Amino acid sequence: MHQEIKTTPSGDMVINVGPQHPSTHGVLHLLITLNGETIVNLDPNIGYIHRSIEKMCESLSYRQFIYTTSRMDYLSSHMNNHACALTVEKGLQIEVPERAEVIRVIISELTRLASHQLWWGSMAMDLGALSPFFYAFREREMITDIMEETCGARLTMNYVVPGGVMMDLHPDFQKKVKAFIVQFKSKIGEYHDLVTGNIIFQNRTKGIGMLSKEDAISYGVTGPAARGSGLSCDIRKLYPYATYQKLQFNEILETAGDSFARYMVRMREMEESVSIIEQLIDNIPEGEFQAKTKAVLKLPKGEFYTRIETARGELGVYLVSEGGTTPYRIKFRSPGFSNLSALNHMIKGHKMGDLVAVMGTLDLVIPDIDR
Amino acid sequence: MENDALLNSLQTSFPDAACAIGSDWPEIDIDGSDLLTLIQKLRYDEQWTFDYLFCETCVDWKTHFTMVYHLSSTKHRHSVVLKAKLDHDKPQIESLVGFYKTADMLEREVYDLMGIEFLNHPDLRRLLLTEDWVGYPLRKDYEDPINMIRL
Repeated sequence: MHQEIKTTPSGDMVINVGPQHPSTHGVLHLLITLNGETIVNLDPNIGYIHRSIEKMCESLSYRQFIYTTSRMDYLSSHMNNHACALTVEKGLQIEVPERAEVIRVIISELTRLASHQLWWGSMAMDLGALSPFFYAFREREMITDIMEETCGARLTMNYVVPGGVMMDLHPDFQKKVKAFIVQFKSKIGEYHDLVTGNIIFQNRTKGIGMLSKEDAISYGVTGPAARGSGLSCDIRKLYPYATYQKLQFNEILETAGDSFARYMVRMREMEESVSIIEQLIDNIPEGEFQAKTKAVLKLPKGEFYTRIETARGELGVYLVSEGGTTPYRIKFRSPGFSNLSALNHMIKGHKMGDLVAVMGTLDLVIPDIDR
Repeated sequence: MENDALLNSLQTSFPDAACAIGSDWPEIDIDGSDLLTLIQKLRYDEQWTFDYLFCETCVDWKTHFTMVYHLSSTKHRHSVVLKAKLDHDKPQIESLVGFYKTADMLEREVYDLMGIEFLNHPDLRRLLLTEDWVGYPLRKDYEDPINMIRL
């Protein structure tokens, strides 16, 4: 079928990437202006998977609305739920039992590991290496199995309730997590051998998609993408929630600001997550896994804001309550949305082929951007 | 700066604006027309350096709109909330794109879903919905012809 090629007045070609494209991993439409093979401008066109979760939440109760957020950033579903539960708990001043907090942190870090592993596999796949995907899924499968046994779902988990977690851990939990840690630690070297040290991979990511620290702040970029530019922005360190202040872990910072730096941040972050889980897995306190709460939750009149660190960056939950049983207004400050806004700045002047490397290291999840 | 010290410094510097401690951070209630002068000071004054706009949104109160800006400083690690009251019939406010690049897409989203007009925004188009969409879905008086919740 013949299709006319669109051009700008200056003769640059305008092409569409998406809304269905293998490297966007979702329905993201990019309108790209090309001069030869060099990208002159990139205009993200989003909204293909917009479900208006914020509006939906206005008619759901404080117990129900938490679970719509599993469908935002589906790879950080547990962390999204955690953020919402923390907001409700802040409003009602519920004291969460320590056992529940520790369980939440362990599951959060397992989710982060699973998310980073999927990212690693799919990013390598986007750059032309198919096998890392299967290596990543070998370990990720162990985590999803643990999740399935713990809360019944492999991806969009609904494990958090206001006041704690939905049910207690199953008896095999510790054994299985330990088995995963042993497996992961013995295989992380393989990850580096396969991809990190690969000269083709390094050539395609080093010096590509530069983002300075100042621009990262101005664009509101957070998470591993910003830490690759040397911006300290780990909410777990800066504004600790749950039990993070009692734990020993490092905030991973790289200063180069290119795609390779962002890649390295995530790779090293996985090791930190494993170290957090190791600190907690043998020290899960005994006791209740859920605080006693009323059947119908009513938040007092006011505004509540929670910031947490998901696998992609800073998630903010801004909740306005009028004293009723449903939120008056909810805004989710999603990390992917702000990270995407920097893409045009990062990709300008690069070749078309570099787009995949830059998008890969931004780790965009489209339902998180659209909400 | 701690919240109390921050509130004090804000109150002495902006005697006209209403400052108070909110649920987490100090809040400044302003008139929409003062926004740019205030942001100029908050962004570039050494004692504050609010260089990171981490959330920008709008609340529909049926009689008026409130624009809510959450600002943070990556240098001093303190945060502040700005609130500007807007008219319900003709909601307009200055854009912050000149100060924070992230405001570009955040404001387009608010324009799309709430119908707030941002003055001097370089590229104010609908973001999530199509250009010919009628109405602003996040407003309280918006009626969806197919309301899944009430079906």
